[in-house]
Amino acid sequence: SGLGMFSTIICGFLSPLVVKRLPEHVQVDDPAVVKRLAKKLERQQIPLRSDYGYKVSLFSHLHQYSRKAPLTQLLSIPSTVIHPSIVRLGLQYSQGIVAGSNARSVALLHAFKQVIRDYTTPPNEELSRDLVNKLKPYISFLNQCRPLSASMGNAIKYIKKEISNIPSQCKEEEAKTKLLKCIDRYIEEKIVLAAKAISKYAIEKISDGDVILVYGCSSLVNHILCEAFEKSRKFRVIVVDSRPRLEGREALRRLVQRGISCTYVLISALSYILPEVSKVFLGAHALLANGYVMSRVGTSQIALVARTFNVPVLVCCETYKFCERVQTDSFVSNELDDPDDLMVTRKGKTQLENWQDVSSLGLLNLVYDVTPPDFVDLVITDLGMIPCTSVPVVLRVKNLDQ
Amino acid sequence: QEEKRLVEYFRTQVRQDPEVPSAVAAIRTLLEFLKRDQSETILGLRENLTQTIRRLEEADSSVAVSSGGELFLRFISLTSLEHPDLSQCKKVMVERGELFLKKISLSRSKVAKLCHTFIKDGAKILTHSSSRVVLKVLESAAADKKRFTVYVTESQPDSAGRQMADKLQNLNIPVTVVLDAAVGYIMEKVDLVIVGAEGVVESGGIINKIGTYQLAVCSKAHNKPFYVVAESFKFVRLYPLNQQDVPERFKYKADTLKAVEDLAEEHPMIDYTPPSLITLIFTDLGVLTPSAVSDELIKLYL
Repeated sequence: SGLGMFSTIICGFLSPLVVKRLPEHVQVDDPAVVKRLAKKLERQQIPLRSDYGYKVSLFSHLHQYSRKAPLTQLLSIPSTVIHPSIVRLGLQYSQGIVAGSNARSVALLHAFKQVIRDYTTPPNEELSRDLVNKLKPYISFLNQCRPLSASMGNAIKYIKKEISNIPSQCKEEEAKTKLLKCIDRYIEEKIVLAAKAISKYAIEKISDGDVILVYGCSSLVNHILCEAFEKSRKFRVIVVDSRPRLEGREALRRLVQRGISCTYVLISALSYILPEVSKVFLGAHALLANGYVMSRVGTSQIALVARTFNVPVLVCCETYKFCERVQTDSFVSNELDDPDDLMVTRKGKTQLENWQDVSSLGLLNLVYDVTPPDFVDLVITDLGMIPCTSVPVVLRVKNLDQ
Repeated sequence: QEEKRLVEYFRTQVRQDPEVPSAVAAIRTLLEFLKRDQSETILGLRENLTQTIRRLEEADSSVAVSSGGELFLRFISLTSLEHPDLSQCKKVMVERGELFLKKISLSRSKVAKLCHTFIKDGAKILTHSSSRVVLKVLESAAADKKRFTVYVTESQPDSAGRQMADKLQNLNIPVTVVLDAAVGYIMEKVDLVIVGAEGVVESGGIINKIGTYQLAVCSKAHNKPFYVVAESFKFVRLYPLNQQDVPERFKYKADTLKAVEDLAEEHPMIDYTPPSLITLIFTDLGVLTPSAVSDELIKLYL
């Protein structure tokens, strides 16, 4: 299997006797694991989503779902197990209506706030334990709709910790207001204020006359560029885009609306446009403990070509996206999107319409890739500007704080 | 008025003891200022201090003065948090300042002790321009009865390399002066390269006399180890991405900055060497890889 060739090391605070298991969503080709997952979902009364289409053998250990068969179609209406705002959120994730690391985390936190508002402690139960148990099936459901991102994982860890720290003598109303305030504070500190701090550092690195290259649509990078433009820096932007998501168009729309002069190219024109570029700004989905940057597929290609042309590559990432995983390649843990997205209709003809009929043909629609730290010159976080190799130091400092 | 006197004090310090690093002279001056200062509040004290640091930077535009000043300011802010009463605070500051000065005067010998073991018998060393830390390292290696030869680059425009060669000859170390342009030619003969640094930046790179970057690129191409020796007070909170990104105020001498209108005509005195070209950095905190510099800085400043 694909997993036999590569290995993931999941770091964390382990005692030497406990062996951390691999998450089940990277072991899809192992029937025992799939059976275990099916049993768990049955217990939680969540439907199991089935894979779609032929999977490329190198990625057969990952799930591949079709957008035309969302999980919500298999749920009974009204669902007694899943809260309606979570059902809505799951649908928004699986259809791609809510996309982007920050957007997904914020939507998740708002949905959880609604869940907490509607929650009542059953008799003979404690809020701190029962609420955590109530959240578990929701998280499994969301995971089935679309695999959780690193930022969402960190947010969920934080919420679970806050809930379990509620003292038992606390009254329900008080506890609920406290939790809602905690969530608001988390969003404010880790996302909104972090973006302001990062913009402050990033603007120092933008000088007049710069030509800045951005890839896809990162909310943080767009924010930085808009702030820099407000502060009257003279620069122009080159937006690089790629199929099938074409997220660069959204970034282009936002930047042009502000009045920033932009150029739009597809990623195949990268080596043509790069001699003009003075800096590359990239967003990140997550920063791994060994300094690797996990981001939208195509990012490592941009970093590689920029390094060859000696153009500095700056990655902007909030600290809540730092995760303790270690990964050296893009195969072992990734996400496979709907393969039908790769089909394109031109002049009334869709070439790959019947790709399922060709037994030896597989369509691969990857979502993420990892960039090694040698290609990244600088990481801008809310704690300051650090080299890519200093990510474990920041994780260590953060763990000390908590 | 007071500031002019302090700048004079700084210049006398440097003149009287040419061995003292400029950052140490700056910190001594700031300590003197602290003793003379008349301000009533801690905020006033800090403001006057920042003003003085700016005057000192105008007098001597090297990176070391800037880093020394920032370290002192940081250390003052920490002390002022612990002792809100001004006179008490000042006494503690002066005490700690003296202690700090004593510690860093020993840092050069600490670096030399760490580094000279990397020089093996029969080694051929290449160094750039004139650095007092490198001199100390070579002195300790010679005192350890090691036999080695040194090549020094001439280092124009001020021919500082020749002064270095004279000093080494006084220590009876065989030394040859080479042209700056001959670095690529001589690289295959040498075994290792040791340079000092005016400043060590957050990325793990260094800021040093112009010509260091060329030296580093050549040594990388020939797979020769490139060692940097620097005391820890030279760590500075800059993160240059390339040569252009180094602030203008460090690139040229203080007099040039004041006198000349169009800096594009002037030749810079320093350049930036990125961390990918550096093998190890020897400091009084230990032997560090370039990526560990950021770790130390986070510990120091965050």
